[in-house]
Amino acid sequence: MAAPATDRRAQQDAHPSGDERFALLDKALKRARFEQDQLVELLHTAQEVFGHLSDDVLIYLARQLRLPPSRVLGVASFYHLFTFEPPGDHICTVCMGTACYVKGAEDVVRETSEAFDVPAGETTDDGRLTLWTARCVGSCGLAPVVVFDGTVLAKQTPQDLIAHVRELLAAEDAAAEEEAG
Amino acid sequence: MSEPISVLTQRYDVPDAHTLAGYERTGGYQSLATAFDQAPTDLVSQVKDAGLRGRGGAGFPTGVKWGFTPRGTGKPTYLVINADEGEPGTFKDRELMERDPHQLLEGIIVSCYALESERAFLYLRGEYLWPGVRLEHAIAEAYEAGYLGKDIKGSGVNVDVTLHYAAGAYICGEETALLDSLEGRRGQPRLRPPFPAQAGVYGMPTQVNNVETIANVPHIVQHGVDWYRSMGTEKSPGPKLFCVSGEVNRPGNYEWPMGATAREIVEVSCQGMLDGRELRFWTPGGSSTPLLTGAHADTPMDFEAIMEAGSLLGTAAMQMFSDRTSVVEAARNWTKFYEHESCGKCTPCREGTFWLSQIYDRLLEGRGRSEDLDLLDEICDNIFGRSFCALGDGAVSPIKSSLALFRDEYEHLIAHGRLPDGIEAHTDAVDRNSGHGRPEQLVGA
Ligand SMILES: Cc1cc2nc3c(=O)[nH]c(=O)nc-3n(C[C@H](O)[C@H](O)[C@H](O)COP(=O)(O)O)c2cc1C
Ligand code: SF4
Ligand code: FES
Repeated sequence: MAAPATDRRAQQDAHPSGDERFALLDKALKRARFEQDQLVELLHTAQEVFGHLSDDVLIYLARQLRLPPSRVLGVASFYHLFTFEPPGDHICTVCMGTACYVKGAEDVVRETSEAFDVPAGETTDDGRLTLWTARCVGSCGLAPVVVFDGTVLAKQTPQDLIAHVRELLAAEDAAAEEEAG
Repeated sequence: MSEPISVLTQRYDVPDAHTLAGYERTGGYQSLATAFDQAPTDLVSQVKDAGLRGRGGAGFPTGVKWGFTPRGTGKPTYLVINADEGEPGTFKDRELMERDPHQLLEGIIVSCYALESERAFLYLRGEYLWPGVRLEHAIAEAYEAGYLGKDIKGSGVNVDVTLHYAAGAYICGEETALLDSLEGRRGQPRLRPPFPAQAGVYGMPTQVNNVETIANVPHIVQHGVDWYRSMGTEKSPGPKLFCVSGEVNRPGNYEWPMGATAREIVEVSCQGMLDGRELRFWTPGGSSTPLLTGAHADTPMDFEAIMEAGSLLGTAAMQMFSDRTSVVEAARNWTKFYEHESCGKCTPCREGTFWLSQIYDRLLEGRGRSEDLDLLDEICDNIFGRSFCALGDGAVSPIKSSLALFRDEYEHLIAHGRLPDGIEAHTDAVDRNSGHGRPEQLVGA
């Protein structure tokens, strides 16, 4: 049924931490006119801004939208794209849908996991790479598919993917070294 | 003999078709004038006469569904475009939106006019970032050029489009779950009736249609019913996008008239099976449709013929598997999907998919028991037709059909603890569906 009529009275004060990222969320809240039915969009924004949904952020959203925290957590935890722990600098998601599976996705996961010493579903100890698996990302013609930092990589062998990630990390190391002088 | 055609895909090779300039140059937005010259109800009749059937899976006649929309109630009517495309093996809507987003917008404008609706919601699968980029750009261009917004090109017609990014839940493709999700809630199916046509988004009359369905509409309006019916079969007319994946040489989306056969599509468009392998089993319409075998390769791909063969046309996602691939493994993989995606609202599906998944693990790890096949059957029977929504029925489709068609592979696994010779295992146990953090308790609230 329709969401209850919106409460447009003055909203709660800004987040007490003074963390500037909350200003971005406040802007989105204002754009959404604090409408409770905009919760999913606002969770998207929050995750984009903070990288993950912490309790602090969820409670803040609940207050601002005048929703019970249980409702906010209930919605956030229902959807698979929301994550409650900080992921690594790069997110590598291997599709395990059946079309990718028969083209060797399992090997891609296993070998990548071994190469970077990170179990599927987790992040490397240095926080640089998160390895996730997903089910059919809707690109089965390109199997096996990997989504790397939001970009679809087609027909990935374990060697392709590992080389891609190594190159990227090495380039970052080089850039950091240069900066350090 | 059918031949590939090029209606919905006619701009796929035009490099700038996704821009307004490219779209207009290639004949885009020309159906609007024709549409606005007619009464909205006449357009509904036209879509009905054309015989267009929903491309989202169920194949319900679109014109008939549109006819359920109450008119003159004084309430706003909404059009919701179902772009959640989550059915495993399906990727036709994605390519449509990436390559020709304006075609969809043109369909939305004409459809809104026919339904006397002034607002369309585009519910886009959250993972579809690139289609989202293309759509956002196309929508902005369409507003800029006066194809969207108030008084479209001086016609007095108003249409606004709101793009909503979903957040990853297969069940939200089910139309009533989609409505709850659109309203900012957990996407769980609603009890019907009332049907969305009567009470949908915010309780208002709502039509939910698939992307490909709506993309057909401008072509019907512009070229007429007879032209449309010159493609396909009597009861399943028109062009159709077939998403072919799995063990074929050239997987992809291919447009053929309804009623083309799997053999034609695979031979002509996909250049045959990979390495000349033998087709062993396949889904005609995604993983929620019962499996067919190589013996069904000459069945016409239309709603009636595929149903007669014992399956469903679904989303026309043809996942093709060869004689090297284990059907038990494929079924396990699909079962893991449904286990993960069950929304938890009803018991048969929530509990049943977990049990099924456990049995599959046991079978494939060589610990199968002689009673397991009966158990699979029994659990399936307790889900099928006894679940709250169609996800449950879909979940048991690959299981029931593979048990019926390939029982010998299951029996071999139980007897010998391994797959028959010549069939490859692709497996190591990997912790699946691991991509999502589980929340701890909210503290301090
Ligand atoms: C579990 C489940 C998932 C579905 N997913 C989709 C989907 O992603 N896209 C879609 O168009 N229809 C999907 N459907 C079908 C819709 O409920 C609905 O029938 C369809 O959107 C109606 O549009 P159409 O008449 O144009 O086909 C799904 C149905 C179920 C039961
Ligand atoms: S059948 Fe499954 S997805 Fe559908 S309502 Fe029941 S638990 Fe949810
Ligand atoms: S199975 Fe991997 S994209 Fe569909």
